[in-house]
Amino acid sequence: MKLLTANFLTCAVKGCRAAASSYPLHFKDAELELQEVDFQPEFIHNIIPRIDWEGLRVMANELGFPKIPDSKPEGDALNDEQTMRDLHRLLLETHVVEGRLCCGNCGHEYMIKEGIANFLLPSHLGKTKNSIVEIQVYADGFAL
Amino acid sequence: MSRPEDILPPDLYYGDREAGRYNTSSRVKKVQAEMSHRALELLDLRTPSLILDAGCGSGLSSQIVSQAGHQVIGLDVSASMLQLSLEKDDEAVDLFLSDLGQGVPLRAGSLDAAISISAIQWLCNAESSDVSAEGRLRRFFEGLYASLRRGGRAVCQFYPKNDAQRSMISGAAMKAGFGAGILEDDPGTKNSKLYLVLTVGGGGLQGDITGIVNGMSDVDVLDARRSATEKGRALPSRKGDKAWIMRKKEQMTRKGKVVKANSKYTGRKRRPAF
Repeated sequence: MKLLTANFLTCAVKGCRAAASSYPLHFKDAELELQEVDFQPEFIHNIIPRIDWEGLRVMANELGFPKIPDSKPEGDALNDEQTMRDLHRLLLETHVVEGRLCCGNCGHEYMIKEGIANFLLPSHLGKTKNSIVEIQVYADGFAL
Repeated sequence: MSRPEDILPPDLYYGDREAGRYNTSSRVKKVQAEMSHRALELLDLRTPSLILDAGCGSGLSSQIVSQAGHQVIGLDVSASMLQLSLEKDDEAVDLFLSDLGQGVPLRAGSLDAAISISAIQWLCNAESSDVSAEGRLRRFFEGLYASLRRGGRAVCQFYPKNDAQRSMISGAAMKAGFGAGILEDDPGTKNSKLYLVLTVGGGGLQGDITGIVNGMSDVDVLDARRSATEKGRALPSRKGDKAWIMRKKEQMTRKGKVVKANSKYTGRKRRPAF
């Protein structure tokens, strides 16, 4: 899973939609991998207004990337090739292959295996918040 | 032909065996590729974009979208299908195991566009008593509507079981807030394909499906809204009036009955008897 995608993810539990603490999801025990991809400046230009910079900083800190600028690059900074390449590396080439994603609100943990996160919810969670014990049983039972 | 939707829920039906068969059949591949290209054409994307593939399955459609230079987020409920998609090893595709009927777990306004190939009819099946087909469709379309940016589009190709299912699906999309239209390729033939074209308002995009197909060759627009308003304006034909008589006479002629010739007196009111 790319960091770009992780930046757009929210908790799938319905009751968490409105809660501020549900975003961003927090990585735990994440294993990272670097996969080279062709550099596409147009895509970065297109996507950058929609990236939640605060969320990206939190995630990058959790994963141990220290050098994230304090604010989102805007205006002239977007024409700087080096900035764009750094963003490309961070957003598109950095993958989380194993680990867990954890919601700050309900505590649900989404397992990530081979880069695929399991966002299936037991049916009672599709409606309201519920006990965490059951959730954890479910998360362990995930097999791919 | 039996419909897989009637046999088992998707996560069980597409187990290793059926998923493998799906992924190796050259006919399925060809049809899926054609539909994905058509969907891309309808989306009309000019820049590299972030696209959701809802019900991506073994990644046949995701691959075509990523080859066009876009980044793809694929959701599917079948682990076996995702395994096959993973084996394609496409860096531009990110996969999630997720049930569309439980919504789309993405932040509001994050996607440029969405496609879905032969998937959303599965939402019409409710496997347990605590969910309903309407509820599943509603959660999917509401989630999709929220996660698309303003001016975004979604194209969903689907195989409805019957007309009721077709209107249930398009009705659910409209209730979620989408501007919806249905494009039918090769209507009336065995290869007929339905595309639900959804638009999110705003962002400098003109209106609905008619704006999208405008300029495409070989597309006839049947606008039910227009004919409905025209009918509303014309006086309704009542039993016994001239228009009604003429219609009946024409019907009878077509049936081969002997019908009196029309004259200036046909259907004319008699003068009141003294």
